[in-house]
Amino acid sequence: MFISMFGAVESGVIYAIMALGVYLTFRVLDFPDLTVDGSFVTGASVAALSIVNGVPPILATLFALLAGFLAGCITGLLHTKGKVNALLSGILMMTALYSINLRILGQPTLSMLHETTIFKQLGSFWSVTGIDNALNSLLGVFGLDRLPSTWAILTVMAVVTVIIKLVTDFYLKTEVGLALRAIGDNKRMIRSLSANTDNLTIVGVGLSNGLVALSGALIGQLGGFADVNMGIGMIVIGLASVIIGEALFGTKTIARATLAVIGGAIIYRIIVTLALRVDFLETGDMKFITAAIVIIALVAPKVHQVQREKKRRIQKRKQLGGDSHA
Amino acid sequence: MLNVTNISVTFNEGTLDEKKALNGIELEMAAGDFVTVIGSNGAGKSTLMNVVSGNILPDAGDVIIGGKQVVHLPEYKRSAFIGRVFQDPMAGTAPSMTIEENLAMAYSRDKKRRLKFGVTKKRKDMFRDYLKTLNLGLEDRLSAKVGLLSGGERQALSLLMATFTNPNILLLDEHTAALDPSRAELITSLTEKVVRESGLTTLMVTHNMQQALDLGNRLIMMDKGQIIFEANGEEKERLTVKDLLQEFQRIRGEQFEDDRAVLG
Repeated sequence: MFISMFGAVESGVIYAIMALGVYLTFRVLDFPDLTVDGSFVTGASVAALSIVNGVPPILATLFALLAGFLAGCITGLLHTKGKVNALLSGILMMTALYSINLRILGQPTLSMLHETTIFKQLGSFWSVTGIDNALNSLLGVFGLDRLPSTWAILTVMAVVTVIIKLVTDFYLKTEVGLALRAIGDNKRMIRSLSANTDNLTIVGVGLSNGLVALSGALIGQLGGFADVNMGIGMIVIGLASVIIGEALFGTKTIARATLAVIGGAIIYRIIVTLALRVDFLETGDMKFITAAIVIIALVAPKVHQVQREKKRRIQKRKQLGGDSHA
Repeated sequence: MLNVTNISVTFNEGTLDEKKALNGIELEMAAGDFVTVIGSNGAGKSTLMNVVSGNILPDAGDVIIGGKQVVHLPEYKRSAFIGRVFQDPMAGTAPSMTIEENLAMAYSRDKKRRLKFGVTKKRKDMFRDYLKTLNLGLEDRLSAKVGLLSGGERQALSLLMATFTNPNILLLDEHTAALDPSRAELITSLTEKVVRESGLTTLMVTHNMQQALDLGNRLIMMDKGQIIFEANGEEKERLTVKDLLQEFQRIRGEQFEDDRAVLG
């Protein structure tokens, strides 16, 4: 149990980078960007191909980020300059990326099991420190017998994710960032305040997909492979993370909202892990569960509001005195 | 400061719905001029405003602001030196952002937006001073979300955001029409004060003839895409709503068709 929870948190921290990207488009820009399903795989594919060809893993991961940024920029271009509907431009890009990803990989699945990934490098640095032994012996005191093989990934990725969060927070408070947020809030206003909304949207969608691809590259290296289908439903997972996080942790300020998104991504992974332990559920059911979570999160508050309003009216009517008109 | 020469705009050209919205409009405004524009629905007032702001590209004609030809500049570039307040009080501010963030965005209007904090301590102090001039107590609510403000407060904030960087031109597009009478009066008096103190060159469209007479030093009346009547300075001072209606009837030989213009 502990070991599977540990795995959930570990991958949750990495998926949080993807969720931050989805937050940028879905919430900040108010741009429902479906490119994510494709750009996540693009990230993993570019990293895998680079690593297999002997590029240092850190550089390979940066290539992945850049590829995602470019893909996002094209989606942004389609939408702003090409005047294509936001959803459609994402779908078009996602579809095009499927073929591109297949070309990058050269085959449906590219294994990195025998290659040096960023995490393997990390592991060899980490083992020198002896932190694993210290932490595991500490946990051993509590009677846990199956312990994680390394804490390196969780620790370092948590730091990386928090740094990305802080940079995002800063960016959204700069003069450029304020204009970016205003695009999602009141586009007409920010245009009348002399901001080039087209270019800002293109860069915004680009940055978002850069983060998604970075996340994809890391998840690929964590699992030891890149698969052309690994991105299916990724946008819904991102949305689920954003919505769960916002519901649980609130959105009062930007810093709070981005923290909530990270929390949401981790909790989503925990939910998945727990769901997979239920006997009658299979791995393939996960997409359905994810969709159900998003649907509930979207619909439940509205139903709740309608019910409350109904109750209020009934009470009011009683107060005003016995009119039986319903 | 603003020269509009021989502007023509046609909508749906070549179809049954073809409409000449503006037909050879000429307007020259000196620095500090405050021109009010009246006219019935479809007269071309809003189209004129949109041509100046860059929302609509004219078929022909020039728009020159401060000696610079801007007719081919897209809206976002032009708005570096044009301040604008819309009719809809919700249109001029970003609701889920704070008052200080909205002001910071307006402050960046005529500057390049950089990767530096938009809201700084120094700017906050400056924003507070500007907000005090509104007398609405907004200076104590800098970090409140704009969505929490009333329509009148939002419009007052929009007015401030449109003016405090001293743009070359201020465009007011029926900016009091969607407010209740007391709020409209507040915004009207704020407008008068802001324009008087900063000496902004202002073009204001209004449905309300009385307001058009009360504000500004020049008045133009438009109909069917043309300027049909103009009154300046003292001549404008002496005009009444009744005069304007009579003038319209004399020129066009028909009744001014818009009740709103008279009733307010």
